[in-house]
Amino acid sequence: MDDTTLSAGVEAAEAPQTAGDRNRIEDGGQETDGAPTVEGASTQMRHAAPLTGHLRQLEAEAIYVLREVAAQFERPCLLFSGGKDSIVCAHLARKAFTPGRIPFPLLHIDTGHNFPETLAFRDQLVSKLGVRLLVRSVQDSIDAGRVQEEPDADPSRNRLQTVTLLDAVAELRIDAAIGGARRDEEKARAKERFFSHRDGFGQWDPKNQRPELWNLFNGRKLNNEHFRVFPISNWTELDIWQYIAEQAIELPSLYFAHEREVVERDGILLAIGDYVAQRPGETVNRERVRFRTIGDMTCTGAFRSSASDLAAIIEEVATARVTERGDRADDRRSEAAMEDRKRLGYF
Amino acid sequence: MDLLRFSTAGSVDDGKSTLIGRLLYDSKAIFEDQLEAVEQASAARGDPSVDLALLTDGLRAEREQGITIDVAYRYTATPRRKFIIADTPGHIQYTRNMVTGASTAELAIILVDARKGVLTQSKRHSFIASLLQIPHIVVAVNKMDLVDYSEARYQEIVAEYRAFAAKLNVRDVVYIPISALHGDNIVSQSQNMPWYHGATLLHHLETVNIGAGRNNVDFRLPIQFVIRANGAADLDFRGFAGQIVSGRIAVGEEVVALPAGIRSRVAGVHRGDESCERAVAGDAVVITLEDEIDISRGDMLVRVRNLPHSSNQIDATLCWMSEEPMTVQGPVANSFSGQWYWLQQSTRRVRASVQELNYRIDVDTMHREDAQTLHLNEIGRGQIVTTEPLFFDSYQINRATGSFILIDPQTNNTVAAGMIRDRARRVSELVPQQEEKEAPSPRTARSSNVVWEPVAVTRPMREEQNGHGAAVLWFTGLSGSGKSTVAKALEQRLFALGVRTFSLDGDNVRHGLNSDLDFGAAARAENIRRVAEVARLAFEHGNIVLCTFISPYAADREAARTLAPEGSFWELFVKCDVEICKERDPKGLYARAERGEIPNFTGVSAPYEEPLQPEMVLETDRHSVDELAQQILDALARAGIVPGGDN
Repeated sequence: MDDTTLSAGVEAAEAPQTAGDRNRIEDGGQETDGAPTVEGASTQMRHAAPLTGHLRQLEAEAIYVLREVAAQFERPCLLFSGGKDSIVCAHLARKAFTPGRIPFPLLHIDTGHNFPETLAFRDQLVSKLGVRLLVRSVQDSIDAGRVQEEPDADPSRNRLQTVTLLDAVAELRIDAAIGGARRDEEKARAKERFFSHRDGFGQWDPKNQRPELWNLFNGRKLNNEHFRVFPISNWTELDIWQYIAEQAIELPSLYFAHEREVVERDGILLAIGDYVAQRPGETVNRERVRFRTIGDMTCTGAFRSSASDLAAIIEEVATARVTERGDRADDRRSEAAMEDRKRLGYF
Repeated sequence: MDLLRFSTAGSVDDGKSTLIGRLLYDSKAIFEDQLEAVEQASAARGDPSVDLALLTDGLRAEREQGITIDVAYRYTATPRRKFIIADTPGHIQYTRNMVTGASTAELAIILVDARKGVLTQSKRHSFIASLLQIPHIVVAVNKMDLVDYSEARYQEIVAEYRAFAAKLNVRDVVYIPISALHGDNIVSQSQNMPWYHGATLLHHLETVNIGAGRNNVDFRLPIQFVIRANGAADLDFRGFAGQIVSGRIAVGEEVVALPAGIRSRVAGVHRGDESCERAVAGDAVVITLEDEIDISRGDMLVRVRNLPHSSNQIDATLCWMSEEPMTVQGPVANSFSGQWYWLQQSTRRVRASVQELNYRIDVDTMHREDAQTLHLNEIGRGQIVTTEPLFFDSYQINRATGSFILIDPQTNNTVAAGMIRDRARRVSELVPQQEEKEAPSPRTARSSNVVWEPVAVTRPMREEQNGHGAAVLWFTGLSGSGKSTVAKALEQRLFALGVRTFSLDGDNVRHGLNSDLDFGAAARAENIRRVAEVARLAFEHGNIVLCTFISPYAADREAARTLAPEGSFWELFVKCDVEICKERDPKGLYARAERGEIPNFTGVSAPYEEPLQPEMVLETDRHSVDELAQQILDALARAGIVPGGDN
């Protein structure tokens, strides 16, 4: 072992992450192999100052959780939606295992209703991280007769993806699915454990959760059961944005103010595109907007904003008076919409 | 910005949810759509007013029954601090969830209804807080508006709680009279209670010393995961990943891997992409070593001269969390023939069985009772045997290495939370009567809590009359470094300015107050603890207290620090090269120590842990005594503690 290199002081550039092993893919299959350009993802990191205060603690907590997953489970995966929270999780996973490679694949449950920007960004990130990407699509579930499309003009596939996800868990025998959910997002999520047990049907039993003490995570389970693991449970929306800024993490352009055609429906601004059509009586306006969360085009609301860089977004988030999921049509269905969906195995 | 994790417990009746709602609302952490949803839900069920409990009780069953079942986490921040609030249930049938919420808290808010006084539920929460060693307790006497903001009623409740808390092992208790409904003493000082001069709740949360529960001394790195990478240039990377749970480590330091017992030196410390010289408790790191050693998950890296206990028999306090009662094996030869459990401690998971239950503790009366087993939500003390040795410290000293859980191998449920007291002891040593007579060790003294008799003249009143603030100046450094010399010079200047001072000197207290203590680590801790308590009394009486103690252990100084509000305790590191100290050797002690006549002499045969973040560093080998005394005086003036300075 070359000691002089390993102990070479504070310059991250001297650290042994230049060793190229993390790009090596041991098992082939239908997955997209990462291109050998790890440098691209980490170049920006070298200029990031060491973290301090609460972000340093939150990062250490998340990295600890990710390493527990890698150690306690055989076939974990990181659920990747293309949203900022899952991008941060992927970034944390890279930091947790560097200079080794991330020891689990990313899994994207593709509703087929994505923003085109999301998919382009996903492929670019996967290639930079040199990580495996698995995609399972709701369209396949529909074609196989596992689920039925909602009989709506612009059907939401939000509920349908639970079936696709649980089928993927069974097919790939996934024992831990890591997600980017945060407790501050929603009142049912405020009750989540870091290691959240799911029974053989993928169901969550919120009234009877395992006690979770100190940072001792119990990942033991029966064969057909699995866990959902949430490394960034304790982060708030503002923490996420501050962290993205400090670490110079790249994001899809949707998060920054841009002009696009939108229609106002039930008080929510929806982007007109392949999956959202103008309805009679609605007017389409071209507006300067951005997105606070990114889900399907059919249920993610845009909001009017001129915040075009991270500093402006942080300012906007710090003074926001509406929650980030306030623009999510999927949460508005009932008072316990999230709890009900989570019980059935939703993300 | 730093981070404070605190817990609250109680029922809706205590006004817990109103309090949290108020804290969130006043610090603008509630959003309009959340409030709107709560208003709609309240209106839908015909509530007369908006029920803020709906904000925290997130589950359908909780909202239907109007109770809290499970922990909910809430987040808020002020410009000074980020807060993680674990909102826990207070009902006895959910004790396990209360323990879950309290296990990571650094402060607990105990709610007391001013009309009802200290009820069972407040006592239970206090007991659990003391069991889990939450460093700070706030007793929030709520609904003061319903007792006409009566000071007499408040004092009655304080006295009642104090009598109860004397039985607990709690170090720092602060009492605050509030009305969560009307916002009295939550964010701003109440106009309705002019008799209360203490901090508001939010101010206290913003300034209470955090890190009091952290162990910065004993380096422990439980290995989570081994990271390997085979690179191009013959670089075989093999790093040991984990979170440093206590202490600190630097490149070049010697470590030993347990259980193998093999020594090596730290070649590199990595935090993510960053290679650093050192890392501290809380950091998630990857460490590389100079030698090839076989280390895997569950092993622990520690310092050669600071080892944890190693044993396969432990004495522990257990909180039972399963509907299925605990199985006690009895002291039989083969403990693993019947029911056994997985025991998970740090990153280690081994088989274990409970050999003996010593007693059960009635959570409401705190009496010890004979018991054959523990049922759901019961707490007791037992002896546990494991198949492989554990590496641990007592929970009192180190929460991270002293805690464990038991897992039922059939159901895989977490069935118990455990706090290690010590290595297992023979049952005859543990009968309850003897336990009562046990001399309290310095760190576990049951009466070490600092509960104040209400004073007629408060510190702010004294400070105003004195015309200067109170403070504790803690001079730490090697023998001969010049602590007393600098302190004396400073005290003369302060005296000349008319400032009230109070001096506590290491040698002097050792003649009287602490003449019963020797110089071992435990006795040093007790020495500092007593001195810190005396310093606090003098501080509360409006003095600038000058303490000159070698105080070599960071943990002891941190403990002293927690006794004063933030900004009032100054750690002054009197820094001087040990060789110069030896040359000075004003009392001839170094010479005697080197001849072996004085055991445990700091700098010769006992360690000195340098302060990591002292308020000031005074380099006596580079500056004159007068210069240094003036520097401190200027700093005190700038801080507004003594007159003069910029304002």
